[in-house]
This record gives sequence, structure tokens and C-alpha cells, in this order.
Amino acid sequence: MERQFVRGCKKMSTGLRILAVETSCDETSAAVVEDGRRVLSNIISSQIDLHKKFGGVVPELASRKHIESIIPVIHEALEQAEITFDDIQAIGVTIGPGLVGALLVGLSAAKALAYVRKLPLIGVNHIEGHIYANFLEHPELNPPFLALVVSGGHTELVYVKDYGRYELLGRTRDDAAGEAFDKTARALGLGYPGGPIIDELAKKGNADKIDFPRAYLENDSYDFSFSGVKTAVLNYINQKKQRGEKIDIHDVAASFQKAVVEVLVDKTIRAADDKKINTIVMAGGVAVNSALRVMMGNRAKEAGIKLYYPSPVYCTDNAAMIASAAYYQFLRGGQSDLYLNASASLKLPQVVET
Amino acid sequence: MVKLKTESVEETQNLGERIGKNLQPGDVICLVGELGSGKTALAQGIARGLGVKDYITSPTFNIIKEYMGRYPLYHMDVYRLGGVHEMDDLGYEEYFYSNGITLIEWADRIQEILPEEYLLIEISRNEMTNPKTRFFKFIPKGQRYKQIMECLLKNDALQMRS
Repeated sequence: MERQFVRGCKKMSTGLRILAVETSCDETSAAVVEDGRRVLSNIISSQIDLHKKFGGVVPELASRKHIESIIPVIHEALEQAEITFDDIQAIGVTIGPGLVGALLVGLSAAKALAYVRKLPLIGVNHIEGHIYANFLEHPELNPPFLALVVSGGHTELVYVKDYGRYELLGRTRDDAAGEAFDKTARALGLGYPGGPIIDELAKKGNADKIDFPRAYLENDSYDFSFSGVKTAVLNYINQKKQRGEKIDIHDVAASFQKAVVEVLVDKTIRAADDKKINTIVMAGGVAVNSALRVMMGNRAKEAGIKLYYPSPVYCTDNAAMIASAAYYQFLRGGQSDLYLNASASLKLPQVVET
Repeated sequence: MVKLKTESVEETQNLGERIGKNLQPGDVICLVGELGSGKTALAQGIARGLGVKDYITSPTFNIIKEYMGRYPLYHMDVYRLGGVHEMDDLGYEEYFYSNGITLIEWADRIQEILPEEYLLIEISRNEMTNPKTRFFKFIPKGQRYKQIMECLLKNDALQMRS
């Protein structure tokens, strides 16, 4: 577990501290972040042994798990930050996109806290949160920049013009990038999640061995499509099996990974070039992928573009990133009332200049 | 039982669109087929037929995705669920018995809790022949779904009968 201790912060600091909760999918998370940038604590349920600490069984289910974990996770977040509810100035919470039943657990907890403690409540978009994860470790980073959000559920290319001002340039039309990894791992009979497994296997494989298709779509499109590459891997495996030929799993993993990463990098670099943006940030679980980091790093360097990405713990779903987004939204007056609702298909607020 | 086949992703989407045009609130469509068989492609067509303007992306990670067309569309992928009991946690009855249309991928994994009546579509492929060809087997459970099949077969979909 990642421990983000800042001792004595209560006495020393006068910053604005936000407690945020995130329950949009599998993870139950709570965090305390000061001034949108300094992480005082970031607790993710799958990474701590709640079973040991709080007793009882923690089931592996989506919303039920959130219900059982949310209170202990919030307490742990305060405890690790070495503060109490008295030191919190606002409550941030993910309101979508995600699984409604799961989102509502976090939202209900956040509303109860805001009501009882008479604190401002701030509803945050999950995708926006992923982008803001980059502010937690890069104090010099400020908009404008281009953000590539790649995870199991999302693939989005966003032009971040300013805090709270976004233009969605592209997104997936079928499978998310992380999903392509999961499904390919499934096809190869590997475990879940597929990303880390394929990344590891690919290190020993030849990425140019098999020419899996790259879907670039229309010439001017920044959209993505990863459903075809998964099917191409399945076809390759089936053909090999029918012919009784051996499958080199390392080569398949490396070639598949390159097919996905190349499209992500090409489109991101082209968008940065077209829009004349000199900073790129990556976010989401797939931003941990080593091939993506290397290829994006090289191509950005060639183009004279600065590249940022968060540590792995801030790439996967976490509440610290939600607290950061909540902070900047709070500064803009983006406070919600207690009628705030969750939305499964929440869109990123868009600003399109003409 | 009706069998149809398609030769491309576009044809699968077009077939879905024709199904979507015949759907009413409360309808439940179950899609069964292996990885890469074209469940999401068919779902994309069904959504188009329902007038959904948004891209229909895979619901695998989020389990349920909601869209708005002529009626609400609930697109589910129950592959990641650990068992039928987890459907209770998702509040599945609110979707199945709602005023929207429910589309369930990997529905065979939650057989026990499916409503009495639904349209089952089994998708398969045969790699020995053309890897692009997809075979669709329609199994309507109940009068309402037999009706849908009749509507579907009245139009040009007939030409694709295998």
C-alpha cells in the first residue's frame, strides 16, 4: 500500500483540505488532499487489509463491497492524514461516469458528511479526476495541455484549455484500450486484469513479429477503435491452433501491445501538433503500460513536447485525483446542493471555441 | 427458431438496426456468443435502430451503460460478475422490468434470473470457413418476441436467411 504521510500537517498548514470519495467502479477510495495538490492520504480498499483491520468479511462484489468499505476507508483516510473532520473544508465525490449502484454509495456517504458537518459538496466527473491525478505530483504542471485518458473503461483524448475548460477531441467507438488488453489476455488464457500480464510477457517478445491491424478510422479523426485488434488476435490464435502450429505467447503479447500503443501515440502526437499544444499528460490504468510510456516518451521528445504521467497508484481509480478536481471546481464556485445525483453516462463539461 | 448470417461488422450492425426498430419499452434481448463473436457490434446496431445518437461502447468494464434513444436503453455485460447474486446488488429488476429496453451480453451466465419472456440471440462463427461470417440463431421466448421475429422477417432481412 502506498503511504502518503505528512506529519504534523494540522498544525503547520492553513491550506484548503478536501476529503474526497470515489466509488465509480471496483475500488472504494477516500483521500484528503490539500490545495488540490498535496496528498495527505489516499486510501484504496483493494490495497489495504480491511479484513484484518476492521474484522468481518469484505466481499468481492461491486456495490455491496462499497457499502461495507466506505466508512472504514474514510476513517482510514482521516487517520493517515492525521486530521479529524474538523480539519476538512469541503467534500468531493465522483458522480459519474460509472456504475450507478456503485456511484450512489459514495455519493450518499459524501452527502451525509456534507450535511452533518455543514460542508460544501462538490460533484466531480471521473474522467476529469483522472486528468487531475497529474497535478498531485507535478507542481509545475498547469493547463493548457493535451490529456490522454486510457483505462479499462475509458479511452479519451481531451484538450484541457484551462481548469474546468475541456474539449473532447476523440474517444473510443467500441472497446476501451484497457479492455482490449483484458480481452486479449482472456483470449490467450491469461489472468485478469490483462494489462500488467501482457506488458510483462511483451518484454520477452518480438513486437514486429505479427502485423495486427491498427484502426486509424477517418484521416482527420482522433477517435479510437480497439475491438478489431482483439478479434484479429483471436483469429490468429485459432488459425495457428487449426494448423497445429505453436503460438509464441510473448510475440503475440508484444505485437498486440504495439498495435494498441502505436495508435494511441500517433493520434495523441498528431493532436498535439494540430492544436499546437506543447504538453501532454497521460492518465488512467493503461498509462502505467511500459511500452506506452516509452513510445510516447520518445515521440514527445522528438516533437519537443513535455510529457507527464502519474505514479501507478494515481493511474488506477483513486480518490486523491477526485479531491484535486474538486478543489479547482470549488475555486470556480462549482458547489453542488444535496439534490446532486449520479449519472452512469456523465459527459465531460465541454467548451468549444468557434 | 430463425437462423440468419452476416458477412461483415457493417452487416451485423445493420441487422441490429432492424431489430432495434422493432423494439418496445420493457423488451429484454439476450446476446450469447464467444469473445469476438460480434455481440457489441449487434448491440451498436440495435441502439442505432432505437435512435441512440451516442457511440455504443463496450459495457464490459462498467457492467451497465445507459443510453437514451426513442426509449432508454440499458446495455449490460455480465461477464465480469462473480455470480447471479451480484445481479441483486446491481438492482437488476429495476432494469428488466422498466420502461426501457435491456440488452444483456453473456446472458447465459445469469440464466436463473432472466425474465420468463425474452429474445435470445446466439451468435457463432466458424473459423474453418470465413472468419468474417457470423451466424445468428434467434430463439424467441414468449408471444411478444415471436411477434418481433415476424416483424423482422417481413422486411429485407429475409434475404439473409440461411
